[in-house]
Amino acid sequence: MTFRLYLLQRLTAALMAPMVIGHIVLIFYATREGLSAAEILSRTRGSIGWGLFYGAFVLAAAIHGAIGVRNVLAEWGPPALTRSARVLDGIMWASGATLALLGLRAVYAVVIGG
Amino acid sequence: MSAPAKTIEVVVWRGGEDGDYQSFDVPRHDNQTVLDLITWIQRNVDPALAYRFACRVGVCGSCAMTVNGSPRWTCRTHVSKVDGGGRVEIGPLANLPVVKDLVTDMSRFFEKWQAAKGTFVPTTTRHDPIAEIQPSSPARVAIDEAIECINCGVCHAACDTVTWNKDYLGPGPLNRAWTLVNDPRDGGQAERLFAISQAGGCQACHTHQSCEQLCPKGLNPTGSIAGLKRRVWQSYVSGKSE
Repeated sequence: MTFRLYLLQRLTAALMAPMVIGHIVLIFYATREGLSAAEILSRTRGSIGWGLFYGAFVLAAAIHGAIGVRNVLAEWGPPALTRSARVLDGIMWASGATLALLGLRAVYAVVIGG
Repeated sequence: MSAPAKTIEVVVWRGGEDGDYQSFDVPRHDNQTVLDLITWIQRNVDPALAYRFACRVGVCGSCAMTVNGSPRWTCRTHVSKVDGGGRVEIGPLANLPVVKDLVTDMSRFFEKWQAAKGTFVPTTTRHDPIAEIQPSSPARVAIDEAIECINCGVCHAACDTVTWNKDYLGPGPLNRAWTLVNDPRDGGQAERLFAISQAGGCQACHTHQSCEQLCPKGLNPTGSIAGLKRRVWQSYVSGKSE
C-alpha cells in the first residue's frame, strides 16, 4: 500500500464516522412508527440533501472498502496475488467500482426514481 | 540459603528451517539466565550447538532468541521470569531465516535498516562549530525516547506485520529513521521521508504494539512509527512529497 492509499483510506474513514452516526439516527427516526416504502420515498424523492448525503457516503465507503480489500489480500491473500501490485490494484479498482455502482444505483432509485 | 539441586527441561531448536526441538535436562540454579542454560548445554552435552552471544550484559544485542514463544534477549532474561512449569523452549528468532540451531541470518533485518535510510547524513565538517541543540527542545526529547536501540532484532521477530508483509521495513529500522527525522543536523530528510513512505513503509504498521511490549530496552517503536506517519502526512499536505 502506498502512502497515498493510506491517506485516502483515513480521510474516507474520517468522513464516514459522522455519516454512520447520521445514518443510525435516521434509522431510529424512520422506524419510529413502522417502516414503509412510501414513507421512505416521501422523504428522499427529489431531496438534494439526502441525495448528496448518501451519494457521498456511498463513494467514501467504496473507496475505503476497496483499499481495505487490497490491504487484506496483500497481507493474507495467496502469494500469487500478493506478489503482483498490478493484480492487487485491479482487484481494488474492480471492487471499488462495483460498490460505487451498486450504491449509487440505490441512491438514484430512492432520490430520482426508476 | 541455596535452593536444593534440581534440573529444568530445556527444549532447544536443532537444525535449519526443517529442524526439530531436542530436549535437555539442565541443572537449575538461582539467578540463572536463559543464556546460562544454553551455554551449559553447549559446554557439557553438545559442543555442536550453535548460538550467538558476546557481551552477556545486554549491550551487544546478539543473543536474542525465541523463549517460550516470545522473542527475548537471553542474557538478561532470568529463567524464573519465563519458567513455564519447569520447562523452557528456546528457538531461533522468528521472521528471519534459520542458519543452524539458534542462529538466524539477520541480513534481511539490517538491509531494511539501510532501506529506511538509517544513516546519519552530515551537513557540516569537523571545522565547523558544534551544533547547539537544547536538551529540552521537542526534537531532542523525541530522539531521547527512541535511542539506545541495541539492534537485537526482538522487535522484528515480534512484529505480525513483518510476518505478513515482506516489504515492511519493520519497527527497528523505522524507529531509527524517527531519531534521524528529528535530528536538525541531518541532511538526508527528503530521501528518508520518501524511503519510509513507499510500499512497506511506516503506513503499513498495524499498531499491534508487540515491538513496544517486547523491546528489551523499553523503547516504543510503535510511537516512533506514529510520529513518522504524521511527518509524512505533513510533507504530503505541504507539497514536499510526491
